[in-house]
Amino acid sequence: MPANNFEYYLLMPYIVIGVGIVLSVVLEISTKKSKELLPWFSALLFFGTAIYSIFNVDQGLVLFSGMLEVGGKSAIFNTIFNFGAALIVLASIDFMKKYEADFGEYYILIQSSVLGMMIMASARDIFMIFMGLELMSICFYVLAGINRKKSSANEASLKYFLLGAFATGFIVYGIALIYGTTGSTSIQNLVENFVGYSSNILFVLGMILFFVGFSFKVAAVPFHMWVPDVYQGSATTVTGLMSTVGKAAAFSVFIIMLGAVVTYGAPNFFKSYFAVISALSMVVGSVIAISQDNLKRMLAYSSVSHAGYMIIGLAAGNKYSIAGIIFYLAAYAFMNIGAFSVISVIEGKDDSRTGIKSYAGLQSKSPFLAAMISLFMFALAGIPPLAGFFGKYYVFFGAIQANLTWLAIVGVLSSVISVYFYIRVVVYAYFKNSEEDFEIESSVGTYAAIIISAAFILILGFFPDMLLGIITSAIK
Amino acid sequence: MSAVPMEYYLILSAFMFCVGVAGVLIRRNAIVVFMSIELMLNSANLTLVTFSSYLGNSIGQVFVFFVMTVAAAEAAVGLAIIIAIFRNKLTVNIDAINIFKW
Repeated sequence: MPANNFEYYLLMPYIVIGVGIVLSVVLEISTKKSKELLPWFSALLFFGTAIYSIFNVDQGLVLFSGMLEVGGKSAIFNTIFNFGAALIVLASIDFMKKYEADFGEYYILIQSSVLGMMIMASARDIFMIFMGLELMSICFYVLAGINRKKSSANEASLKYFLLGAFATGFIVYGIALIYGTTGSTSIQNLVENFVGYSSNILFVLGMILFFVGFSFKVAAVPFHMWVPDVYQGSATTVTGLMSTVGKAAAFSVFIIMLGAVVTYGAPNFFKSYFAVISALSMVVGSVIAISQDNLKRMLAYSSVSHAGYMIIGLAAGNKYSIAGIIFYLAAYAFMNIGAFSVISVIEGKDDSRTGIKSYAGLQSKSPFLAAMISLFMFALAGIPPLAGFFGKYYVFFGAIQANLTWLAIVGVLSSVISVYFYIRVVVYAYFKNSEEDFEIESSVGTYAAIIISAAFILILGFFPDMLLGIITSAIK
Repeated sequence: MSAVPMEYYLILSAFMFCVGVAGVLIRRNAIVVFMSIELMLNSANLTLVTFSSYLGNSIGQVFVFFVMTVAAAEAAVGLAIIIAIFRNKLTVNIDAINIFKW
């Protein structure tokens, strides 16, 4: 594309976040008030970028000699990342003070990780995927251990780092093999000659290694062993960020790499791999979550099983199921961020009050929080007409269209199992007597995040076609 | 001068990769685990350079620079995390870092 046709305004989201990071660093070193300013500045950036992206979905264009794709699918992912990050920033303002880690760097790291995710979702070259992935992951390693004096945060950070870097090793080796067999790192080339390459055993091995690496990142069984420890040990808001938008970023890469299957209807050579890890994730995640008493750990296992539901869509690999995954990711972002925001309000100092016992009699302490946690739990369980139901519905429907009915049945069964541990929280909140006495410190930012998440769960639940229409128009 | 066949390099790098994976799974010292991960990245680099040289295009070699830069950034963050944990617990043995059920 000649340089004079260059439409800079399409790059606005990347430029805004990139310049925002630099400005935030300058703000952080130049004034003592940065701690009060940075959260609002970041929230403004994220909300602005999210709204800008959702209105530019129809402007699909490939820039930088086939490196970056703006508009379309990537614009929808940018919206999910930025909206999720904005809610997390709102929820963090008071929580980070309680967590004794209200550093300005926290917000700068969130901005950088979001930039990494945006690059991943817009990548048209494996180079870009790799750089975006590392920008996101390295920020997450630091965010997981943001309070360096807490041993739980240290442990979470170390485990996340070692297993994340291990996964990176797989990804880079997979990229090396893909490059060796295709002679290029361009995804356009990969997508066009997918069927031809797939007869080469080294190429298939490279793709499998690449997918294994990303299966670590989306927390699919059997690559999930880090998830419960990292989600429990990290700051609650950081867990909310990693489990929603971080997962969405990894899924965006799966969708990009399976572009040939999705766009040109090429045979899905990796169907059996995805089907197996998805069935394992759904069942293992749901079954182990039953025995968890810590709410953060329970949501970590629930996140494993949700990854399983989403991977069904990759195994099915048709347009309908991919649209389902993206819808599911958006819905999951709101449900999980809402749930973690409620946990962050109830949580006390030093990781106390994250157990389910602290939720006993919540209704008498704060009717608002009890109603909200119930809404998020019902949505996560997939009870209609909330957003979580339609996410699952679209993905299961795509699976049935692709003759993967058995996988859809496993999915439905595991959602039935999962209802038990979600509803348990509601039962504790409404029908048990309070065992602990504590004051709930209300917080404007966190409550705003909770209300926005709840509103979107209801909107996406009652009018799912609104978002699904945008998504289907984008992935054509 | 007869060139070394490409397979030799690929087998060497595959072997290095396996040594790295085995190291991560077997060794218990966080620093040694981290070294094994670096070995995995370097085996990927060797593969990239081999393919780049035999295919006659430079993309692979450029990619190696990116991988090395990222590995350096990762090392900085990783060692900082290991130092933070050493200050708290006075050990970097992974089995001793077990507040949570592993």
